[in-house]
Amino acid sequence: MTQAPTRVAETAVAPQDKAPGAGLTVWRYVVRCLLLLVFALPLLFMLMSSLKPDTQIFRDVDSINAFLPVGDVSLSNYTAVFDKVPFWRFLMNSVILTTLTVGLGLIVNSMCAFGLARLKFRGQGIVLGVILATLIVPFETLALPLLWWVNLLPYFDGSVGWLDTYEVQFIPFIANAFSIYLFYSYFDSIPKELDEAAKVDGASWFTIYRKIIMPLSGPAVATVAILTFLPAWNQYLWPLMAVQTESLRPVMVGIDYFSQLTTNWGQIMAYASLITIPVLVVFIAFQRSFINSIASSGVKG
Amino acid sequence: MTQTIGAAHPEPPTVDQIEKLSLRQWRFTKSKQSQRIAAAWLVTPACALLLIFVIIPIVLTFVLAFTNAKLISPTGPQFVGFDNFARLFGDPLFWKSLRNTVLFAVFVVPVQAGLALVLALLINVKIRGVNFFRTVYFLPVVTSMVVVSLLWKLLYQPNGLINNFLAVFGIDGPDWLGNPNTALVSILVMSVWQGVGFHMVIWLSGLQTIPQDMYEAGAIDGAGNWQRFRYITWPALRQTRTFILITITIQAFALFTQIQVMTQGGPLDSTSTIVYQAVRVGFSLQQTGYASALSLVFFVLVLAVSLVQRYLTRDKDVKK
Repeated sequence: MTQAPTRVAETAVAPQDKAPGAGLTVWRYVVRCLLLLVFALPLLFMLMSSLKPDTQIFRDVDSINAFLPVGDVSLSNYTAVFDKVPFWRFLMNSVILTTLTVGLGLIVNSMCAFGLARLKFRGQGIVLGVILATLIVPFETLALPLLWWVNLLPYFDGSVGWLDTYEVQFIPFIANAFSIYLFYSYFDSIPKELDEAAKVDGASWFTIYRKIIMPLSGPAVATVAILTFLPAWNQYLWPLMAVQTESLRPVMVGIDYFSQLTTNWGQIMAYASLITIPVLVVFIAFQRSFINSIASSGVKG
Repeated sequence: MTQTIGAAHPEPPTVDQIEKLSLRQWRFTKSKQSQRIAAAWLVTPACALLLIFVIIPIVLTFVLAFTNAKLISPTGPQFVGFDNFARLFGDPLFWKSLRNTVLFAVFVVPVQAGLALVLALLINVKIRGVNFFRTVYFLPVVTSMVVVSLLWKLLYQPNGLINNFLAVFGIDGPDWLGNPNTALVSILVMSVWQGVGFHMVIWLSGLQTIPQDMYEAGAIDGAGNWQRFRYITWPALRQTRTFILITITIQAFALFTQIQVMTQGGPLDSTSTIVYQAVRVGFSLQQTGYASALSLVFFVLVLAVSLVQRYLTRDKDVKK
């Protein structure tokens, strides 16, 4: 199927290392381990610093202690974060916004892709073409006109302007051209005879979508979910501009404000660890799916 | 049907075939209407959202760039011709931001793409623990750029971890983010650290589409490591390469988060970028019209790079 060339997380073939000299093999292993330190140590430093007061952090930076939980270690930085800002509120906002963006996105985008891939209607080619064309426009291009535009849109309670609301943080990101594209290419690879057989049995198109095609599309659902999860969780530029009220802020804007509120690095690192560790744990638990999803995002070429 | 077109004596269709055809025809006409209605229900939600939140804003970028639109304003935008662009091209800060943006892209693209390829080659092997290496190399990618920026701001402190590490080798490190000569480079190094794992995975997926027998054939011909890479791996990665170069370039042009969190464009505007200026003007100063002009410049940069890349790889596309 379409996932075949993207099984990066499966065992890798070894074309490069077939028969290099023993010296080269050792040398490569050393390089791998050095790189390991380059990528892991800053994150370890973040975690360890979150447990120390600033004096301890800067006393430890000249030795291996920087990466060890030694000296004046406590959770006081964490309690300070909870005292200074409504951290749990920010976290809840991010969890809700991410869930809504990913969840509604899965439904809306897969429905659209199903219609485009498996039904026939006039103007289909144009619709698909326009959706794919929007892929070359980065969000940063339209962010500022969008800010102006949502401020003029009628809001649900009858007033005008979406700025400083919950809705403005996820509704614009539900429909996603790249998700539609990923679903489209997956649905397109499923044999069309399935639809015909179901039609003969009297199934409606919606039933075919819900009961036949979606259950067959697990890999595509996982890929889209993962690829929309990270940007949704990491939303920063948009909520920074669109939301002013503190209680509506997501975690990333929250930490930015927090870092301007304090000069205490230990506390900033505590906040940083609080919003990073859960994502890292999820990643490590599902790392195979994560890596395969990222890999398949590159296949479009 | 197995019959080839233009065969000398086409056989007439049998009665059975005709019956089947007309039944299918009937079913098709009936399902055509139901398909149209179903399609409308399925496609409309996503299309309406894309129209309102992507397509109209794109059009607005082009329209508002020629107006004096303000974010909060009692009066509507007025057409001002090329005033925004005249102001833009007369603003030294714009040129400095453009220079920084392009400079950043020019250096980050080869460094990040190259390092990602090295990482991909290093872990494209069948040895124990290779999964572990790949997972760790990928950790920064799943870490938010805001968090990474704050973390590295601490690492880059004059008395921070990096300068203490350099001191081991007798190097007296500067105030990385406080010095106009080193601030942009510091942000570049950090950005590569954060993003390189992503492109490592893309390279890896490209590497694994190369058939194993090509390497076996190479081995028979006595190709060494470097020759294998130069004549088998590199040419086979052509499409992957294009994708990676385009995505890194666009990301580099869109440089914003790191600047906003770490330097706010300083010191002495040495890290100001196009998108950073667009946000400052369009959000902080609420001048949407002028910000749209900046966004348009950003878009032209992105489009130019994509078109050049398309052009350079056109042979491959035609063949496909």
